Amino acid sequence: MEVIYGTWSWYISGLVIAIVMLLLIYFGKSFGMSSNLRTLCTIGGAGKFSDFFRFDWKQQKWNLTVVAGVMIGGFIAQNYLSDGSGVNLNPKTVMELRQMGIDEPNGELLPNTFVGKEVLENPKIIAILLIGGILVGFGTRYAGGCTSGHAISGLSNLQLPSLIAVIGFFIGGLVMSWIILPLIF
Amino acid sequence: MKYLKFLILGILFGIILIKSEAASWYRIYEMFHFQSFHMYGIIGTAVGVGVLGIQFLKKKNIKDIEGNTIHIEPKEKGITRYLIGGILFGLGWGLVGTCPGPIFVLIGAGYYPIIIIFIGALAGTFLYGLVKDKLPH
Repeated sequence: MEVIYGTWSWYISGLVIAIVMLLLIYFGKSFGMSSNLRTLCTIGGAGKFSDFFRFDWKQQKWNLTVVAGVMIGGFIAQNYLSDGSGVNLNPKTVMELRQMGIDEPNGELLPNTFVGKEVLENPKIIAILLIGGILVGFGTRYAGGCTSGHAISGLSNLQLPSLIAVIGFFIGGLVMSWIILPLIF
Repeated sequence: MKYLKFLILGILFGIILIKSEAASWYRIYEMFHFQSFHMYGIIGTAVGVGVLGIQFLKKKNIKDIEGNTIHIEPKEKGITRYLIGGILFGLGWGLVGTCPGPIFVLIGAGYYPIIIIFIGALAGTFLYGLVKDKLPH
């Protein structure tokens, strides 16, 4: 049962992600998670402030349904398909994290440093989560897509702009992970 | 009923994000430090199968479920927006370890502090809408 309850292999995972994308294309849609953030802004009334949010959000109901599914899938996988044996990192990674005071996984997907009980009393962590979120939201809209829209769909369709975006993702990620993160922690 | 297929695809994708650990902050850190092949394997396989799949759909001229020719909108040409937008997104991804899919899946999985990232991501999207016309694209 290790096959189900432990970490799923990269080849099965990558294959299923590709199938999800291809089925969405077959259903006449496209694979992209970040555009839902725009739709949610529109539903919240952002159209009063910018043209960018003035569109018929009902056209995006299918994608909001995908998001609802993603949340249900997260609930199922976490509660019924996991036994806490996952997230086995490279020992070198664990050591680096320890030096920064970030706790090891112990089977959890996220460090307690970010999602533990004390987080809501820690202004520094709240600021980190908020700023990270703003960068993700702003950056994906500026770039016109995120990992699903550019890295998976765009590259699969051999789009040069998506390659440029993915190079950008990596420049940003490397700078954060190697330079800024050690300064923060 | 029309929406059921989208719900099922979403559930499948959500399960994969958790079980492959692509939604894990640790896996993203490990990826950016080149300390594991796992994430590269996931993205590489998805893109490899995706390229073959899309070529197949195009070559065979396969119609979508409603009988329309499959047309995938090409991305607009340009460099600036993709590079700068990409870098900003990458900074966020490297910091909090969540791209938009994982934000939703982790909230579903019960990691509630991720709601703060979600609020930030909505704010960032809103901010882009406000300043978009002043930015180089």
